[in-house]
Amino acid sequence: MKRNILLGVGFVLMLASLYLVFVYVSTERQMGIVQRIFYLMVPVAWLALLSFFIVFIGSIFYLVKRENKWDILAHSSAEVGVVFTTLALITGSIWAKPIWGVWWDWGTPRLTSTLILWFIYLTYFMVRSFAKEESQGARFAAVVGIVGFVDTPIIILATTLWRGMHPGPLIFQGGLAPDMLLTLLVSIAAFTVLYSILLIQRISMKSIEVEITRFKESGN
Amino acid sequence: MRFWRNVAAITWKDALAEMRTKEIASAVLVFTLLVIIIFNFAFGVNQEVVRLVASGMLWVTFAFAGVLALNRAFIVEKEEGCLEGLMVAPISREAIYVGKMLGSLFFILVIEAIALPVFAFFFNLNVFSLQLVVITILTTIGFVAVGTLFSALAVNTKAREMVLPILFLPIVIPIIISAVKASELALSGESWSSLTSWLQIIVAFDVIFLVVSFLVFAFVIEE
Repeated sequence: MKRNILLGVGFVLMLASLYLVFVYVSTERQMGIVQRIFYLMVPVAWLALLSFFIVFIGSIFYLVKRENKWDILAHSSAEVGVVFTTLALITGSIWAKPIWGVWWDWGTPRLTSTLILWFIYLTYFMVRSFAKEESQGARFAAVVGIVGFVDTPIIILATTLWRGMHPGPLIFQGGLAPDMLLTLLVSIAAFTVLYSILLIQRISMKSIEVEITRFKESGN
Repeated sequence: MRFWRNVAAITWKDALAEMRTKEIASAVLVFTLLVIIIFNFAFGVNQEVVRLVASGMLWVTFAFAGVLALNRAFIVEKEEGCLEGLMVAPISREAIYVGKMLGSLFFILVIEAIALPVFAFFFNLNVFSLQLVVITILTTIGFVAVGTLFSALAVNTKAREMVLPILFLPIVIPIIISAVKASELALSGESWSSLTSWLQIIVAFDVIFLVVSFLVFAFVIEE
């Protein structure tokens, strides 16, 4: 029931954000129509970070409490997160192409740090498959989840400084017109709801998986 | 007090074993020299190019040498069943971490102390500045802080030594960026004040990862 409400809210928000992005919001003067990808890129990049934060929280609780549900939470969030991180990289380079004329610009701290984040996500899954048994893999992945998340601010700091830039947070300094801000916020809300739906879905699937394995083992 | 005595015992054990066998230091040192030679041909080095790529070469070499040395740190323990012994012994897991970390720090610093003059010799660089020494020591602390944790993790997996670089490199990217930039400034004779922001990142990385690794190390080696 709760999931249906969430699904409904997500659907409405998503439609609203589509309307806002493609019809309502005014076209940016310098960048033109391509700037509209901004309303997709910022939400997915935000979710890349949010899901990694959830991985971090889940990992800590798993190591402390040793309850399977925390590992399931962290693992599911990482799976959803890596999708959003990939989307952030793709939309980022689609945006970069018309603006800077190149698909990839190493001088963009946000793009570069997203790429590094993507690699850390990748290792999160790899240690699981390299582990000798599942509980060991969960432990190792939790360690990677914690270390990787703690590393993220330092990565952003270093890549920003490397460029010699100190970009202030553009969004909250009044750098965005009110209609753009509204569109962005609705879009972020829509994607955050989408993230929670995917996460809940994945968690319940994983919990069922665990249960099935347990039944299979007790059957033998 | 007891904690530090345990730590010292582990570090001393590593140092003694290394002094007797010279296994890690000699292999890593030869590797480092070979990398320097390859760089020379890869970049067709003249003085102009050296100025541009020197600090990058330096840190690529040290990062790879670090991976090599850190990998050995726990493989040796695992092969001889020493890790089980350490875990059975009445010492805290944290003491094992700090002991192994100091041991690796010591080895890698020795290797770097030999490699730096070689760099200077081959590429005509002025590496004997206090700045560069400070950068090298601080960055190496960051390397071993993360590396010891992941080395212990890697040795317990199926793929063993393949795992360490995959885990280690993405995490240390920010400190490598900072070290490369800071060394670049140091090599071109800039003042301390221009290095500050980079050194801050390096020190922050060191502190954060010493603490985090210290806290989570016990989860990595438990059976």
